[in-house]
Amino acid sequence: MKPVQTAMYPEETRGVLSFGKRSRPHENIIQAVLVFCAAVSILTTLGIIVVLGTESSAFFREVSLREFLTGRSWQPSIGEFGILPLVNATLMTSLAAMLVALPLGLGVAVYLAEYASERVRETLKPILEVLSGVPTVVYGYFALTVVTPALRNLFGQDSIEVYNTLSAGLVMGVLILPLVSSMCEDALSAVPRSLREAAYAMGATKLETSVMIIVPAAFSGIAAAFILGLSRAVGETMIVALAAGAGPKLTLNPLKAAETMTGHIVRISGGDISYDSMDYRSLFAIALVLFVTTLALNMVSRSIVKKYREVYE
Amino acid sequence: MRLFQKNAAGSDRLDAVIGPGESEHALEAKDLSVFYGGFEAVKRVSIGFERKKVTALIGPSGCGKSTALRAFNRMNELISGVRTEGEVRFHGVNVYERDVDAVKVRRWIGMVFQKPNPFSKSIYENIAWGARINGYKGDFDELVENSLKQVALWDEVKDKLKESAYALSGGQQQRLCIARAVALKPEILLMDEPTSALDPLSTAKIESLLDDLKKRYTIIIVTHNMQQAGRVSDKTGFMLLGELVEYSDTKTLFFNPKDPRTENYISGRFG
Amino acid sequence: MSGSEDFAANLASRHARGDRWRLMFMLSTMLAIVFLGALILTIVDDAFGYVVMVDEVDQRSLVPDGQRLEGAGAETLRAIIDEGLSPRRYRALEREKPFDERSGADLYDIVLYEIVKPQVAETYTLFESLFERKRIVEETTRAHPDGELIFRSWASMRFLSTSLTARPLTTGVLTAVKGSLLTISITILFSFPIGIAAAIWLEEYASDSRLNRFIQVNIYNLAGVPSIIYGMLGLAIFVRGLEGFTSGSAFGASAAGEVANGRTVLSAGLTLALLILPVIIINAQEAIRAVSGSLRQSSLAVGATKWQTIWHHVLPASFDRILTGAVLAVSRAIGETAPLVVVGASTFLTQDPSGVFSKFTTLPIQIYQWTSRPQAEFRHVAAAAIIVLLALMLSLNAFAIITRNRLRKQKRFG
Ligand SMILES: Nc1ncnc2c1ncn2[C@@H]1O[C@H](COP(=O)(O)OP(=O)(O)OP(=O)(O)O)[C@@H](O)[C@H]1O
Ligand SMILES: [Mg+2]
Repeated sequence: MKPVQTAMYPEETRGVLSFGKRSRPHENIIQAVLVFCAAVSILTTLGIIVVLGTESSAFFREVSLREFLTGRSWQPSIGEFGILPLVNATLMTSLAAMLVALPLGLGVAVYLAEYASERVRETLKPILEVLSGVPTVVYGYFALTVVTPALRNLFGQDSIEVYNTLSAGLVMGVLILPLVSSMCEDALSAVPRSLREAAYAMGATKLETSVMIIVPAAFSGIAAAFILGLSRAVGETMIVALAAGAGPKLTLNPLKAAETMTGHIVRISGGDISYDSMDYRSLFAIALVLFVTTLALNMVSRSIVKKYREVYE
Repeated sequence: MRLFQKNAAGSDRLDAVIGPGESEHALEAKDLSVFYGGFEAVKRVSIGFERKKVTALIGPSGCGKSTALRAFNRMNELISGVRTEGEVRFHGVNVYERDVDAVKVRRWIGMVFQKPNPFSKSIYENIAWGARINGYKGDFDELVENSLKQVALWDEVKDKLKESAYALSGGQQQRLCIARAVALKPEILLMDEPTSALDPLSTAKIESLLDDLKKRYTIIIVTHNMQQAGRVSDKTGFMLLGELVEYSDTKTLFFNPKDPRTENYISGRFG
Repeated sequence: MSGSEDFAANLASRHARGDRWRLMFMLSTMLAIVFLGALILTIVDDAFGYVVMVDEVDQRSLVPDGQRLEGAGAETLRAIIDEGLSPRRYRALEREKPFDERSGADLYDIVLYEIVKPQVAETYTLFESLFERKRIVEETTRAHPDGELIFRSWASMRFLSTSLTARPLTTGVLTAVKGSLLTISITILFSFPIGIAAAIWLEEYASDSRLNRFIQVNIYNLAGVPSIIYGMLGLAIFVRGLEGFTSGSAFGASAAGEVANGRTVLSAGLTLALLILPVIIINAQEAIRAVSGSLRQSSLAVGATKWQTIWHHVLPASFDRILTGAVLAVSRAIGETAPLVVVGASTFLTQDPSGVFSKFTTLPIQIYQWTSRPQAEFRHVAAAAIIVLLALMLSLNAFAIITRNRLRKQKRFG
């Protein structure tokens, strides 16, 4: 067995650690077990790819990719598998969510990073964390029992349906808010002190410094927060399953019911479904779209964060 | 006395009375002490800075030069746990009086930092921004050009004003930061080791600038480099352990120091 | 100096704008907190309050004058049952458990729910009940003259200790609580050791090779995969692919008469384990990284092997943080709904889950079910279940904090 290179130890201890002589059989077994455990994550990814891949390829043998991506109707019972209505609903709820989460999240971040005292910050942050720890099904309950009735009182009972994408999106915005605000706060705090000082030394007020200097300087971090938030919104399920409506519908009206990709998967798989049907396979095709979208968004967000950390370090 | 008062019936009296004659010194500290928590970093410093002169503050590392400098335009307030005692008089008003607006103080007393710190904006915007927020009424293109000319940067950047300031070299960035400060037409320029992060050539350029700049501004410069103090300053103050040990004409201080501690420092026996 | 006249005097308005925006920033923060408050208030509001009960059959018509059904003797109750129950229903109940062997309370329940059939005619929230009592009484006397107005705690000990039934008045969360606890045990059993082991390997053994960097990036990416995708994975792998194993048939176990396929507690627990594994690994890595290098060196210097160093020094030093991170992940798993719906949670269970091969439901699943019912009563039931769920999560976190503090104390004095 080759001596193990240890990246985590300082140079001078390497000699001790490359335990070629010391190494005993049971240390090797332990190490093999550890490697296997680390490999479970790779297996999980492989599992996801293989499962989504095989089931969707069975699906795409019967439905063309073109039909799937451009069809304007999703009605498995009559063989129509156009994903547009589902994607459209997902975009609408996500957009509503981001319209809530981004301005509010940025506002919270600016307040915490630039205005609040240490003590206020230490009290507020755990409260925001609680907000992100509440199970999403509870948010769904809240959307359905509080926000929707409130919206219906506001807009009139007739103009807004019991299930609608607006209510789901707004509540989802609050769910995502802590994520966006904490990422934005990180980005704002990463802006070097010297930039703040430069602005103040020119007779800028706190607002001018924060909004015109710090926020633009933290732009990439804020963009990363937005993208990650969007990814969360796209993948969020229970709120839309409860409040956005059942039944795929292509509509741009946020006051109407429409089913998102996640909402559809949950509703169909929650019912009785036979494993070898097109219904079943179509869920995996939707999941594949979902997986690819969120993965891409996450990777973009992470690479942006990595880049700005490098710039400021 | 109402110069800085924010509540003076909405009128900005300071703007009307800028000019010589109100007091002998452009800026005056009286018994100025600055505390970081319980630690007294600047100890009862009293000093007056003459108009349109360059004054250098020298002293060993950690003696409180930066802290004193930052006390003059109330920058220390941005650090939590800092307490200031004594007075800093500008146009006869103590800038630490309760109803004086720090924003206004800083606007008239500009500052240049040790490391160049341009904003993540274009070269043009770096200069125009401060003037814009402070309500500049004139022509911005002209202002940018003038400011850049004052720091001898105009010819180097006039074709790339819209480019990011980060594309400039370190020395150019520092001159940009000086231009940014003078664009506000301040009275006083505080400079905290403005050349210590720069190469000798850029340093020389900035030193030669100071001669021009002092025709318009009162300059207070902190430096580690005694040669530099000797080259650029008219008066020099020597600080040690938070105290102002000696303050006089640069020549006198360097060649005829009164205090043995000054002499020790200048002859390189410590620091 | 001519500087001053070139600049407009704008400070007052700038400060005013600054104050306005400061207020805006504060308000956004307040808004988030107000939302949390509103969420909690709504839940409490829905979990208690007046209900108007109307009996389908008048209780007084069943018992002799002057007597009450409550407290009636067993014979009286048997007589009512013999008379009032349809023969089919009678046989069904007799088959469940002979009437002769049933207790008085049992018989009373049968009379109440099979014959009297109290119905909820109207429900009110807690705040209505507290502040608008007069209106409620008036409404009730007008709309339901026979109705009885009772203050009901939807969340109660009875609710906690009763299994699932189809009726909002009699249902309880015991089935779901058992399901949640069983599922989460499986999750902990698999995700803790694997997650911590993976973190140890990544922090202590792995070199900076391309493969290891890939593993690390992969873990970060997995942490961002929507939970519903894990549900699809669990459905394909655990429920279908490993059906023989997860249904228990490979072990000859078939829970009395249940045909669970692979839709069992085991599949659910394993799915959630995969879901929280990346989070556990990332948290554990951070905990291990925080252990100082000198601790390792001094152990190695006295001749301990690498594994001995990790086992005796690194892990004990970082265990409090590892635990905190892992418990956070587990409390996320307890609240997960979507992947379990996909894996095949049962919408209705007649029997509490008793082992890993049982069909399952969990608290969030039941909340989902009850919330999506149109009847108002179920909304109150859902609120009560949410209280139970939040209490469960809270006690888990409290447990973790207490354990962590105890470990820290040991570390300091031990
Ligand atoms: N933010 C701070 N918090 C606490 N103490 C500080 C802080 N900044 C400076 N000090 C202390 O105050 C004293 C004076 O610091 P200052 O930065 O003014 O020194 P200096 O003369 O500018 O030194 P240098 O030449 O190294 O820049 C030092 O002892 C320093 O440790
Ligand atoms: Mg200094």
